[in-house]
Amino acid sequence: MVQRAAAVRSGPPLRATVGDALKIVIVGGFGAGKTTLVGAVSEIPPLSTEEIMTTAGVGIDDPAAVADKNTTTVAFDFGRITLNDRQVLYLFGAPGQQRFWFLWDQLFGGSLGAVVLVDTRRIADSWYAIDRLEHHGMPFIVAVNRFDGPRPPLARVRQALDLSPRIPLIECDARARRSAKHVLIDLVAHLTDLHSAERTP
Amino acid sequence: MNTRQVGGEDPDRLYIVTGGRLVARAAAHQDALRRDGAPNPRDAVLDLVTLVVGVGVPPPGLPTEHAAILRLCSDGPLSLAELSSYLALPVTVVKLLLRDLLAVGRIAVRPPVSAPAPDRLPDLETLKQVLVGLQNL
Repeated sequence: MVQRAAAVRSGPPLRATVGDALKIVIVGGFGAGKTTLVGAVSEIPPLSTEEIMTTAGVGIDDPAAVADKNTTTVAFDFGRITLNDRQVLYLFGAPGQQRFWFLWDQLFGGSLGAVVLVDTRRIADSWYAIDRLEHHGMPFIVAVNRFDGPRPPLARVRQALDLSPRIPLIECDARARRSAKHVLIDLVAHLTDLHSAERTP
Repeated sequence: MNTRQVGGEDPDRLYIVTGGRLVARAAAHQDALRRDGAPNPRDAVLDLVTLVVGVGVPPPGLPTEHAAILRLCSDGPLSLAELSSYLALPVTVVKLLLRDLLAVGRIAVRPPVSAPAPDRLPDLETLKQVLVGLQNL
């Protein structure tokens, strides 16, 4: 949890020369391992922030409305990776459920792409997120977070997700830095491939 | 992932830090404060990853939350999302405070210049830089 009153930063400060921030969104249901994955690669301990929404699930842009008892906040986690002297990458963990999709513009607007993190024990949690990402034309890959227990083959997971063969489906261990790093690298590789596909229709 | 009522432990805090302002009134307030030559705070792109840099030392008499922003940004740029987290204030509220500080020229913002435009892929040079950065992790 964030500290309430101290307002002190944790982790190393960004270099003064950094001026170009990028973002990638990790979408997943409750307990799919979003924060774990972010924490595995982030240079700062994952932070949590919040945005105001109405209980009807609509975002608001007027702070005066917070006095209204029909508002709640929705919390989301994020981390940070300094890429070079000029660029920093932020990773946001986004809840996949329908009622939180009002965060779309804030989280996905201007993001490079998305990773859908799947817990195979709760496949259905991912359907809505995949549907929305496809609808918005947001490029993404799907990563199955391998927990202990049964490991259904990827072909079966793809079938259960009704996932297009064009979307990469990979396995990962969200706890392991190396594995989490490769999830992000695979997303960037997919984005690069989409460029080539655009040039050779 | 969780939701809770706003201000569960500090019910009046959001009202106090924003002065209970409606957005329209906040804009008028910022116009009144605005220094000659300062950019119009309403023109600033305030994305979750817009980076904020403090300009100068916090002047005496600055409201607590505004001073906290300047203090947090004093030893390097900080994103709007990080400010929101450290201040434990919703993103919308932090945006309003940042526009106050822009109006009086106390902060500069660095918008996400390499972010892809809507419905466009990120450019290849950006993807290359991200790939190299990730491989160096």
